[in-house]
Amino acid sequence: MRWDQVTVDVRGWRQATESLIAGRRTLLGLWGEPNRVHMASRGEDEIAVVSLACPKGSFPSVGARHSPAIRLERAIADLYGLKAEGTLDGRLWLDHGRWTVRHPLGAAARSKGPAPYAFLAAEGESLHQIPVGPVHAGIIEPGHFRFTASGETVVRLEERLGYVHRGLEGLIAGAPLDRAARLAGRASGDSTVAYAVAFARAAEAALGVEAPSRAHWLRGLMAELERLANHLGDIGAICNDAAFALMHAHCAVLREQVLRAADVAFGHRLMMDCVTPGGVAVDLTPAGAEAVRDLVRTVRERFPLLIDLYDDTASLQDRTVGTGIVKAELAAWFGASGYVGRASSGGFDARKAFPYPPYDALEFEVPTRDEGDVNARVWIRIEETRQSLSLIDQILDGLPKGPPTAPLASGAGEGLALVEGFRGDVFIWLRLEPGKVTSAYLRDPSWFQWPLLEAAIEGNIVADFPLCNKSFNCSYAGVDL
Amino acid sequence: MSMPRLLAEGILKSALTEPAPDLAELGVAFEAAARRRLGRSLSIRQVDAGSCNGCELEIHALSNAYYDLERFGLRFVASPRHADVLLVTGPVTLNMREALERTYAATPAPKWVVAAGACAIDGGLFAGSYACAGSVDKVLTVDIRIPGCPPTPTALLKGLLALMEGAKR
Repeated sequence: MRWDQVTVDVRGWRQATESLIAGRRTLLGLWGEPNRVHMASRGEDEIAVVSLACPKGSFPSVGARHSPAIRLERAIADLYGLKAEGTLDGRLWLDHGRWTVRHPLGAAARSKGPAPYAFLAAEGESLHQIPVGPVHAGIIEPGHFRFTASGETVVRLEERLGYVHRGLEGLIAGAPLDRAARLAGRASGDSTVAYAVAFARAAEAALGVEAPSRAHWLRGLMAELERLANHLGDIGAICNDAAFALMHAHCAVLREQVLRAADVAFGHRLMMDCVTPGGVAVDLTPAGAEAVRDLVRTVRERFPLLIDLYDDTASLQDRTVGTGIVKAELAAWFGASGYVGRASSGGFDARKAFPYPPYDALEFEVPTRDEGDVNARVWIRIEETRQSLSLIDQILDGLPKGPPTAPLASGAGEGLALVEGFRGDVFIWLRLEPGKVTSAYLRDPSWFQWPLLEAAIEGNIVADFPLCNKSFNCSYAGVDL
Repeated sequence: MSMPRLLAEGILKSALTEPAPDLAELGVAFEAAARRRLGRSLSIRQVDAGSCNGCELEIHALSNAYYDLERFGLRFVASPRHADVLLVTGPVTLNMREALERTYAATPAPKWVVAAGACAIDGGLFAGSYACAGSVDKVLTVDIRIPGCPPTPTALLKGLLALMEGAKR
């Protein structure tokens, strides 16, 4: 992957912002360090990072003219105390006034304590508000949803997140590489492989080390197993939120089989800590490969029946078709990736756009649809499940022999990686010093999907929110960190 | 015509639910203890207090056909007001601390607290963070701890049995 890093002045920063507004480039990330800010964006075939020193503790707001950056800037302000000049939204985001300090990663100051949060207004006759969360009714992550409704119809949804902010980037800064890798693998538990691969690739880029090819292929195998498990779980869970438990029960059985195969093959059901900088921690044995082949056979046999069940059940289609539409222009503006972007005409997939091994040697398609509704997001998952099965076959057939790890040199440098997780592209940037990570930025795909959920639910009925929400399945932990 | 076929298979084929010896033993022991204390069932309210969501994935798995949690009289409920047990995950972020305390306050006595997963037990990798209380027992009295990152569904079941054994005394 080709990437450039340049230090710019305020003018260069504004030019970079202009290229996002004009749609020439897509925002990949916006993050801080104690006295500077960085902006990553992608063009056709390269990634660029522009960096701006902030001697006065501020920088020209990107979000003021390019809304996908708004929440990223709020996070920078909370963590580093760097202000976005001219921002449209100066409210706190991750900082709920509960920590003892403000700006914990910058010039730390004593916290002022919790203050009321001003939700955005909705005006009109007979509107009412419905507060939901942070503790939700199901077994899901915590966050607050503030609905303003007119009767049954949602007029405005505003999300307030940050409840699961654990200080992950702060813990990674200063940590030795192995501990930092384990932390990165817990950014969002359902994407632990994707994060571990992104972290490893960023660290390897910084140190100028290349993992052995067997390691790349095994990482690919784990990543596809993770995608398979999550998509199967999601397809069932979406149907369950449309009160169709039969689909949920059958998909949950297949998901369990994926986790059990992963356990046999790599020694952990979710494959946590199986990918490490330099390679993989667990090599695949013939018994492990056989377990994965059995799994592929089972899913191939059972899955078509479930697709038919989904497609043939009119009462289910009635709930999913035409519900929670994300317009293609909006998805493109936010650079939404994963099934959210691909269900709304977006074709971006990090495995294709910036091919990294083993995907540069494998054949697969990136499915897209144009409807942008819940049904389209289900179908993208169905198609991707099929693609993952084919990829797993190809990986098992072509798995190179050799060592599963390469020795890591101790060194310093900066590195980044863009890796396709099940929900979209995970971006990680690292700065290393000999023996430790000095700063890190982890950007979950959900940063550019959560805001689209607010748009998708507008005009839908309140009762369809769980269905829409599940079809997005955004990460809370991955965004809150 | 996939629905009739799937439904017919459900009747004609044997159940996937595993009569694993340890699970079966757990079921019997659990039932005796649970009935003595709480009648026929135990209601669990799960609270994510800063988990990475890994624990939630495995807690979800308890409901699949292999583990079939409800055969043990255990079930998840939507409101703490219906719960006997709070199943808490995560290092208790300071942003979730009050929500956890309020959830506990809303749970009627007698009630128990289970700390599930490495983070809930001692903060795990997140111990010492500016943003975390560090463990569930810093906030609530914990009755039982279930280790693992994340705990497997079997470990979770075993932990809930141990809780019932403790609750007898």
